[in-house]
Amino acid sequence: MLSFKGDITSELLTSMLQIMETKLENLDEQPKTRKKVCNVLVECLQNLYHHRDEMENAAANDETKKQAIFMISKNATEYNIMTGNFVKNDKMASLSTRIDKINAMNKEELKQHYQDVLSLEGFSEKGGGGLGFIDIARKSGQSLNYDFLKIDEDYSFFSLYIKIAQ
Amino acid sequence: MDKITIEGTSKTPTIIFDSETGLLELKGRSIPENSIEFYKPVVESLDKYASDPKEKTSVNIHLEYFNTSSSKCILDLFKKLEAIHKTGKEVVINWYYEEDDEDMLEAGEDYQAIIKVPFKMIEVGD
Repeated sequence: MLSFKGDITSELLTSMLQIMETKLENLDEQPKTRKKVCNVLVECLQNLYHHRDEMENAAANDETKKQAIFMISKNATEYNIMTGNFVKNDKMASLSTRIDKINAMNKEELKQHYQDVLSLEGFSEKGGGGLGFIDIARKSGQSLNYDFLKIDEDYSFFSLYIKIAQ
Repeated sequence: MDKITIEGTSKTPTIIFDSETGLLELKGRSIPENSIEFYKPVVESLDKYASDPKEKTSVNIHLEYFNTSSSKCILDLFKKLEAIHKTGKEVVINWYYEEDDEDMLEAGEDYQAIIKVPFKMIEVGD
């Protein structure tokens, strides 16, 4: 349906959302599914967007490391979203732990976990505060698949795969 | 007297806050990248209002959907309402959700579990 590779800016994010909204409307998708897909899309894209800021500090002189990829497709039964971005190797372990923890939870546990994290004080400046993955897992109702591809001593490429049933 | 009206956009909700009538309303979608900045004026006004609130404060939340960055700001607003409620004044949060929209109903229940203010879940037909 839509794919992108490059620098995720605020304007780009807005345009991508608008394009996807129009496409979902043209597909005559149920409002409930439409909202769900858009909601998950926003989280994924804003994850990439905020991550770019982080990379700006970490890899100031390496433009390519700030780039990301994004893809959304649809088959007869589900929507598939894939995102990819560079991460520092020393962030890999904590990222895996976070996602594995989420994947091991059932619906009720996820709900509780979301409420726990939401009510914690001290969110990051951007306000996300680690809720993004939990929210994506809750809304999609499926495990988050991911993998890391080692690029060099400092960086790996992190891919995240999300499925949303129609 | 404080009255705030913020027009909605494709990424931010319409917000009305009237300290004279004790009414706060959020409508539309809330998905800005920087939610803290967006919600700042409302949080500040509500803060001021909390020092001398009306006997009854009514809150209408009628959101299509919102991002996790907004969820923390919405919680901040609710915490201020909780503080008003604690002083013995009446506070009601009306949480609207579209028919069959379990995601928004659950989002309301999340806040209901955290914030000690009476919530009214209101299903709206198409």
